[in-house]
Amino acid sequence: MTETMFDQELDCQGMLCPLPILKTKKVMDTMNIGEVLKLLSTDAGSVNDINAWTKQTGNHLVSATANEGLYTYFLRKA
Amino acid sequence: MSDKPKKLALVASRGTLDWAYPPFILASTAAAMGWEVAIFFTFYGLNLLKKDMHNKIDPASNPAMPMKLPFGPEALQNFNLPIPNVIMGNLPGFQNVATALMKKTFEKKGVATIEQLREMCLEADVHMISCQMTQEVFGFRDEEFIDGIEHGGAATFLDFASDADVSLFI
Repeated sequence: MTETMFDQELDCQGMLCPLPILKTKKVMDTMNIGEVLKLLSTDAGSVNDINAWTKQTGNHLVSATANEGLYTYFLRKA
Repeated sequence: MSDKPKKLALVASRGTLDWAYPPFILASTAAAMGWEVAIFFTFYGLNLLKKDMHNKIDPASNPAMPMKLPFGPEALQNFNLPIPNVIMGNLPGFQNVATALMKKTFEKKGVATIEQLREMCLEADVHMISCQMTQEVFGFRDEEFIDGIEHGGAATFLDFASDADVSLFI
């Protein structure tokens, strides 16, 4: 699997709702359209939450992967 | 997405630690989704606007609340302490102990504090409206509250909520 390119990384491991969403929004606000954020989370609820957040904000979820309790997301700013 | 942002209208009517979370979590998350948000704080909910909140929980009136320790061996932490309700309700200082234990658990599990969430709501321009009527009844002075709040009554809330996409009474 090729590693997805990203412009910023956000580590939300050990955080629960709503912190991963709030921190994602803050970092995305500082980014330019088209740039990609790599987000790490250990919150099982983030799978649905990140989907919902991108749906509501129009940002693009490039990929979501889960590996032994670690969730990795790549989000492209719209 | 339409140009007009979605709107969330909340009534926060309770002032304990457990009931402080839902309005601030929903408000901050909605704001993070680009929604316009207003919270109308009324009755005991006014406590959530105080500079010094003194949020407590009351295990005696919440029989379903798990009583667990936030420290010690994992098996012990997962054990639900069988404390009879009559003791929780009558033992002096029990509320303080339970509140401290729950705050510690929140911190250990990676949950934001109420103060953090409230700050994020203010940063995101969430409208925080104090119920003027309750404020007068309870004798709360403006100086006791945080800066950046608004004052109003039922009509103020209803005007905002009249075209809200989501309205909740908490």
